[in-house]
Amino acid sequence: MSPAFLNPFGTLLLRDLKLAARSGGGAALALSFFALVATLVPLGVGADLKLLARVAGGILWVAAVLSALLSLDRLFQGDFEDGSLEVIALSPLALEMTALAKIMAHWLSTGLPLTLLSPVLALLFNLDVAPTVTLFLSLLIGTPAVSAVGAIGASLTLSLKRGGLILPLIILPLLAPAVIFGAGAVRLVLDGMGSGSALGLLAAFSFGAVLLSPFAAAASVRLNLGG
Amino acid sequence: MRGDRKLFDGLSFRVTAGQALAVEGANGAGKTSLLRMIAGFLAPAAGRIVLKSAEGESAEAEERGKSIGWLGHQDGLKPQLTVREQLDFFAHLHGRKADANALERVGLARQAELPCRYLSAGQRRRLALARLLVSERPVWLLDEPFAALDTAGQGLIAQLMARHCGHGGIIIAATHDPLGLGNESLKL
Amino acid sequence: MQFLFRYANPHNFMRLSGAVLPFTAIGAALALIAGLYLSFSVPPDYQQGRTVTIFFIHVPAATMAMGTYIAIALCSLLSLVWRHPLSDTAARAAAPLGAMFTALGLITGALWGKPMWGTYWVWDARLTSFLLLLFIYFGYMALWSAIEDEAKAARAAAILALVGAVNIPIIKYSVDWWNTLHQGSTVTAFKMAAVYYPPFFTMLLAYSLLFATLWMIRIRTAIVERRARNLMQGAAA
Repeated sequence: MSPAFLNPFGTLLLRDLKLAARSGGGAALALSFFALVATLVPLGVGADLKLLARVAGGILWVAAVLSALLSLDRLFQGDFEDGSLEVIALSPLALEMTALAKIMAHWLSTGLPLTLLSPVLALLFNLDVAPTVTLFLSLLIGTPAVSAVGAIGASLTLSLKRGGLILPLIILPLLAPAVIFGAGAVRLVLDGMGSGSALGLLAAFSFGAVLLSPFAAAASVRLNLGG
Repeated sequence: MRGDRKLFDGLSFRVTAGQALAVEGANGAGKTSLLRMIAGFLAPAAGRIVLKSAEGESAEAEERGKSIGWLGHQDGLKPQLTVREQLDFFAHLHGRKADANALERVGLARQAELPCRYLSAGQRRRLALARLLVSERPVWLLDEPFAALDTAGQGLIAQLMARHCGHGGIIIAATHDPLGLGNESLKL
Repeated sequence: MQFLFRYANPHNFMRLSGAVLPFTAIGAALALIAGLYLSFSVPPDYQQGRTVTIFFIHVPAATMAMGTYIAIALCSLLSLVWRHPLSDTAARAAAPLGAMFTALGLITGALWGKPMWGTYWVWDARLTSFLLLLFIYFGYMALWSAIEDEAKAARAAAILALVGAVNIPIIKYSVDWWNTLHQGSTVTAFKMAAVYYPPFFTMLLAYSLLFATLWMIRIRTAIVERRARNLMQGAAA
């Protein structure tokens, strides 16, 4: 199954993907949660199709962020608890690259599947083609930021038994820009305007998040290894 | 320091290539903390830890870490991966090619396709040992290496340790049992 | 820098703060009374009427909310980079004060909004940013409480504070952007007439002195608590 030789980064990425796939179906949990929330909202606000189309971007963005959160607390915690983190920390792979590998693995096993499901859920909300495409693009561009910022929260709380409760509190405010730009792009298209500026801002945010968060995450991991 | 308590003071020791050092002490004396300091996870409140090699000196924790093979209390094994996958991961992580030999040397060749969750405690330890073999690090830090192993397993570890030192490696082990290597010993 | 480290010693800090505290406390009280008096006696604004008074309670509070976070971020930087021993304690002590100012800003902002816009909450850019700031404070305080090892908690909180510091301008920008999305580009420029300077700056001074007072008290309390704990631990051993 694994190739004869793989560099350290690739091997960690592959391992985390394998682990995600083998523990409780990987993306299945996040996708189910996503779909469930998308189902509950119309039950809550009523089935006014025009209203639903209007709020689709925001609801689906928030639902996607919450779904991605579900698996975040285990991002570093699993390795921390069974002693793998020490081994990884001593390997030739820099801790920052370790964090980046885990962010990528998280996105591939959570953010990306959510993005792929979103057009289907957009149907439930009576969203037209153009805004659906925008929604898809915004999630594609923005979910890496969710994994990146999430990794910071995950590394800060990795030693907590019930860190799962604090994690959302820490990272949701920091993810406000992603929700604002992402859902905002959809609304712009609904109003007949171009989404370019919004998606551009979102891309900048994601890029910055993915670039910088490995440093914060690595610092937190070092901190916790010294315990 | 553990919390606000000083664990040990005025420690000074030297271990050279081919030597083994046994760190002894009661539980809670700080054996694990000392090992973690040497590994670079924990910073000493005062003092220095220096690794000298043919390439030069490294006192920086992260640099030092690249020369260290760590065997802590836990095994670092993922229940969902098979033995072979786990070992390949360790090998590739350390920039080495996958090596089927290592499994033979620790007596786990027959369990290669078994998911790690089905391994016994002794088998898990052997797999962790195999990791030390494939990562080819000069300095081994072992925390209670003989724990959870039966006589055969203990014999295996002793043999691997002797070979490691024989090839010029260094071993620092926290242990209650004698290492049987004509080693130095440090009492905390 | 040297100056900062001289008072890093808890003992020195206790002495200095003990000497300064009575003055800041009395100063705060006086400034608060003066500020409130000035706020109520100022002529009514032509567009805001009497409610301009709330403005003098609201805006300085919002300023303090932001300023406190900057203080926490600086303390966190000191703690992480220079290992300044007292800055962890200072950062932790400042957080509830910052949260308090933020909450005060939100409540007075809502009270101010009702006469102005008709409803208590209208999702304008400033109040929304401050609501997010309040959650950021909560997260910071929660992290401190959740991690049992104090040294670890201090460093984790410091990392979080710095990440927040980088993020807050981005959040502010994105909320402003979001606001222009549904309000067009209305720029609410509030030019303060000169006659409003005295109450505004007096209240700002009052809040600052109040903050300084409460901050020092909280740091002193933390130092004393730690001493008590060390004594008890020593006694137990």
